[in-house]
Amino acid sequence: MASKLLANAVRRNLCKPTGASFLRRPFSTATAVAAVEPLEEESSGISMKGVKISGRPLYLDMQATSPVDPRVLDAMLPYYLSRYGNPHSRTHLYGWESERAVESARAQVSALINASPKEIIFTSGATESNNISIKGVMHFYRDKKRHVITTQTEHKCVLDSCRHLQQEGFDITYLPVKQDGLVDLETLRASIRPDTGLVSVMMVNNEIGVIQPMEEIGKICKEFNVPFHTDAAQALGKIPIDVDKMNISLMSLSGHKIYGPKGIGALYMRRRPRIRVEPQMNGGGQERGIRSGTVPTPLVVGFGAACELAMKEMEYDEKRIRELQERLLNGIRGKLEGVVVNGSEESRYAGNLNISFAFVEGESLLMGLKEVAVSSGSACTSASLEPSYVLRALGVEEDMAHTSIRYGIGRFTTEDEIDRAVELTVKQVEKLREMSPLYEMYKDGIDIKSIQWAQH
Amino acid sequence: MLRHLTTTILGQRLRSAVGGDVLRRMYHERVVDHYNNPRNVGSFDKNDPNVGTGLVGAPACGDVMKLQIRVDEESGKIVDACFKTFGCGSAIASSSVATEWVKGKPMEEVLSIKNTEIAKHLSLPPVKLHCSMLAEDAIKAAVKDYEAKRSKSNGSQDAEPLGKAADA
Repeated sequence: MASKLLANAVRRNLCKPTGASFLRRPFSTATAVAAVEPLEEESSGISMKGVKISGRPLYLDMQATSPVDPRVLDAMLPYYLSRYGNPHSRTHLYGWESERAVESARAQVSALINASPKEIIFTSGATESNNISIKGVMHFYRDKKRHVITTQTEHKCVLDSCRHLQQEGFDITYLPVKQDGLVDLETLRASIRPDTGLVSVMMVNNEIGVIQPMEEIGKICKEFNVPFHTDAAQALGKIPIDVDKMNISLMSLSGHKIYGPKGIGALYMRRRPRIRVEPQMNGGGQERGIRSGTVPTPLVVGFGAACELAMKEMEYDEKRIRELQERLLNGIRGKLEGVVVNGSEESRYAGNLNISFAFVEGESLLMGLKEVAVSSGSACTSASLEPSYVLRALGVEEDMAHTSIRYGIGRFTTEDEIDRAVELTVKQVEKLREMSPLYEMYKDGIDIKSIQWAQH
Repeated sequence: MLRHLTTTILGQRLRSAVGGDVLRRMYHERVVDHYNNPRNVGSFDKNDPNVGTGLVGAPACGDVMKLQIRVDEESGKIVDACFKTFGCGSAIASSSVATEWVKGKPMEEVLSIKNTEIAKHLSLPPVKLHCSMLAEDAIKAAVKDYEAKRSKSNGSQDAEPLGKAADA
């Protein structure tokens, strides 16, 4: 009874316009687009970190994270407010209903990847799943297997786990990638040794969006009987995944990249043939002893709901996002020259567009694009002066690696947002090119590569 | 609690799965101002004998600055300056400030402009100090180039060879 009153109060609060335009139009991030619409916030706009903008920026950074789908939120709320039991409590209704919710979410996640629910372990995110896969597998088989193969474009957590293994005395091979970002299958085949314990190749790259040839890599691994791990955080719910067709032994999944909550992920672990890992989190033996700790029911329920939605809407989303990507790319290419797409254009997830603008530097472009939330692969945005390692691995020239911008398109991106992003990008690039000595040299016909630069 | 649920994260651009750790960065107002309203962007004719050109940096490092000064022959004062920069917001601001400060000053005085002064004026964080260093180098390179031109024109008529960048 009390919980019902509380739930009603919650619902009222959610629907009440509190003045933040986000709540009024929960599906749209397009406040900056409708420049004519007056905001009821402070008339001077938002000021943060020394930057003043008229409203919330357009969100085009879907690879970093995604907004939670309201339907997912609806599924999660009861488990915060009324059905808040611990799923491992065996003695009362709260525990039982919580456990039921967890198991049904498990089934939803496994259905999306064509696996059995018994093969899904919930973790705190893809980073934890990657850690368990790499360190856990190699530690378990440490007597017989001492070699790991991975690529140079993997996510930082995979590379860091491998580095940790290297310090413990394992051998790691970091495979180079071709210029389009794809792994060379012959090189992979040649690097497999009798003591190779794991091959780890991410399905969709978070920076450049290229899709690796999963089925072929799976075939090679099956041939040599080597476990195949993949980081599918960016791929889940966006491209069709079938763990049997791709012969995947371990797969890392993330909740907040598919319009689910942050702080939840999963690890798929094949049961036939069974792959064993050494747990990285010790405790009460939850999640089959692989990952101890209370399973967070609301997050898991949200993750499951997000997966179910993704399964239903994958095709529709993909078509729509592809059209938006073409609109973005053609819009920019139509007005600017010197635009290079990083990574393969064919084997690519449509929602990730990583472009380099020649003669313009990435961080200064981002500073001008403050009404659009995008990300850059340039040096200044990382702690060191080095440009992004993924772009370097592609063989992108250093001066171009400094200029890349990554646009992320998602389920809630609208055409107006894309048009406005194109407009702002073109304007800023033109302004920066006016300021750029390299562009001036290019216009004068000087070959920039022939100049001897003074190294600083 | 609800507000937590319903607020999205502003400034997402700094947090991404793209490599590197994220620093808490604050663009000082002056840097933003110089970026939005850059002063003295442009080019003088390189072959003009009264113009000194300093070209420093390297695209590989992500920073290239070209600073040009026009010097009045008799008084030895810098009457005009302009710049072009390929680099981050701090680099653009540093070179913009440099052009503002050299205007109207004699060449000798301009050589004493230190990068620390530029950095302080713009409140540059430690990771951006190299931008101010580059601006200081650009000033020195421009002055050096002008003097080399002067001494050359006293000897021969050749203009500065195109391919040479100034020493850092």
